[in-house]
Amino acid sequence: MAAARGIAVAQVRERSRTGVEITLSILKHLALMLAGVSFLIPFWWMFATSLKPNTAIFHVPPLLLPIQDPEAWNELVWSNYPRAFGFTRPPFTTFIWNTIVIAGLAMLGAVFSSPLAAYGLSRIRWPGRGALFGVTLATLFLPAFVTLIPLFLIYRTIGWVGTPLPLIVPHWFGDAFYIFLLRQFFMTIPLELSEAARIDGASELRIYSSVILPLAKPALASVALFEFLARWRDFFGPLIFLTRKETYTISLGLNFYRYEYDTEWGMMMAMSVVVTLPIIVLFFFVQRTFIQGVTLTGIKG
Amino acid sequence: MAAYAPRRRVSSVTVRNTVAGVLFCLPWLIGLLAFRAYPIGAAFWYSLTDYAGMNPPEFIGAANYGWLLRDTELRNAAYNTANYTVMAIPAGIVTALTLALILNSRTRGLAFYRTLFFLPILVPSAALAIVWLQMFNPQWGLINTLIEGIVYYTTGLQIAGPGWTSSTEWSKPTLVLLNTWVIGQAMVIYLAALQDVPQDLLDASSVDGANWYQKIWHVTVPLITPVIFFQLVTGLIGALQLFTEPFIISKGIGEPAQSLMMYSMQLYRQAFVYFNMGRASAMAWALFLVILLLTYVIFRSSGWVHYGGEEKK
Repeated sequence: MAAARGIAVAQVRERSRTGVEITLSILKHLALMLAGVSFLIPFWWMFATSLKPNTAIFHVPPLLLPIQDPEAWNELVWSNYPRAFGFTRPPFTTFIWNTIVIAGLAMLGAVFSSPLAAYGLSRIRWPGRGALFGVTLATLFLPAFVTLIPLFLIYRTIGWVGTPLPLIVPHWFGDAFYIFLLRQFFMTIPLELSEAARIDGASELRIYSSVILPLAKPALASVALFEFLARWRDFFGPLIFLTRKETYTISLGLNFYRYEYDTEWGMMMAMSVVVTLPIIVLFFFVQRTFIQGVTLTGIKG
Repeated sequence: MAAYAPRRRVSSVTVRNTVAGVLFCLPWLIGLLAFRAYPIGAAFWYSLTDYAGMNPPEFIGAANYGWLLRDTELRNAAYNTANYTVMAIPAGIVTALTLALILNSRTRGLAFYRTLFFLPILVPSAALAIVWLQMFNPQWGLINTLIEGIVYYTTGLQIAGPGWTSSTEWSKPTLVLLNTWVIGQAMVIYLAALQDVPQDLLDASSVDGANWYQKIWHVTVPLITPVIFFQLVTGLIGALQLFTEPFIISKGIGEPAQSLMMYSMQLYRQAFVYFNMGRASAMAWALFLVILLLTYVIFRSSGWVHYGGEEKK
């Protein structure tokens, strides 16, 4: 029976492509190309607009390239970039620097605190471990708005509102999502490795730092990337906690090009390119790590 | 090295492990108490008070919750959020899953397309919203020009494209489109799950005469339902709290005509524009309860989720 099935499988695999399959394949590639173009258009549009003079921005029909209507757009206007940097007070570079500092420090915090808890929840057997893990998972369902107001009031009392501290310090105390991700990863490391180190007299901290962490580098890199990206993209946190322009981040800075009834599209798009491009370049260098990390997050609990 | 004395009754290994376990989890335990448990409790207490954030909170019972149920602006915001969620969740799942299914079928250029579909999640939300505003401008935006052009060249009819961000009917669908563009993360997760589907099963169903459609619908999709389920739950929590994109597109005031005023934006206004911390806390707790309830309902009705026992090593 099994043998018959095996032969049948082989026959299915060897059968030449039928008309249906070829049609499907063509449809598939058409669909992919269409989706690909729709995914590219916003990027192209952002970039193209950043290189337009004002005469070309509101041109109907919209200009995709500087050759369609030479009267409106005959050369790439790179000057939107330097103008945009100096347009804001303080200059846009301040916002970029602030964002790098916040994202960098929050990232360090996440990479320091989350693996500690993940280790305690996966590689040490102790009563209460299961319960703590249950609570950890439950916080994944906690909407941020529930904790927002009391936290805001505490931060105000201790003088943190208006400083970047509320955007950094909480990330030094663990995050359920990263703990879950790292725990899944730690569980795949054979327990014998820890046992061997224990027999050699290594302390738990030593096993953690010289056996487990080096093995978990790809997962740690994913956590670092996720956290950096999340802080880089964040708009809500800075909106709530930052009050002085000198401390603003890129997300808040972008709004300086927009007034009540008017928008400086060219400069705004130029700065959108400036805050997006480095992340895309970074992504191409660490793509493998990143995709692996995302894949880890999809593992069923 | 150990500072504690070994006990008689509990084994010393258990004691040592417990101390180590708690110490490793200490930052997280502090985080849980200070940044989660306390604020949840405090928010519930504030929700029962009249509290402007300055004078001490004044207990007023369930009055804030009564206001919550009566206020018409709030009802509109809750409607907008629900309306958006009902459209955005299926759109996101279907798009991400379809792209993943196509890419999974031994497609040439998989890495290229995977990267391309993933890129949008790298764009800061604020920049994303701004690009959307520009592309979807009904008068001079790219999208309407494309639609109007295509319709004109194919049918000869001169039509006006949808009003997108400046019309009350189209503003929420525009937002749905924006979030359908940002499905890269879900797509990568689906793709990974699809690559775990055993080839033997698909071959066996071919032998039994299943066509491509039956294979996808009766073999592949059921096997990845746990992943779809997880995406559904996390997507729901995200959609109900959506803030940045509608806030920026509508300049924070929900225009046009309150059609983009989301629940989260009303919460923000109550807390940080009107300094009505009591009402805002009640809104936050109500949202929390709705999310808990919906998650519970989804879990209870998860008969469609297939948890395979053996195919995972």
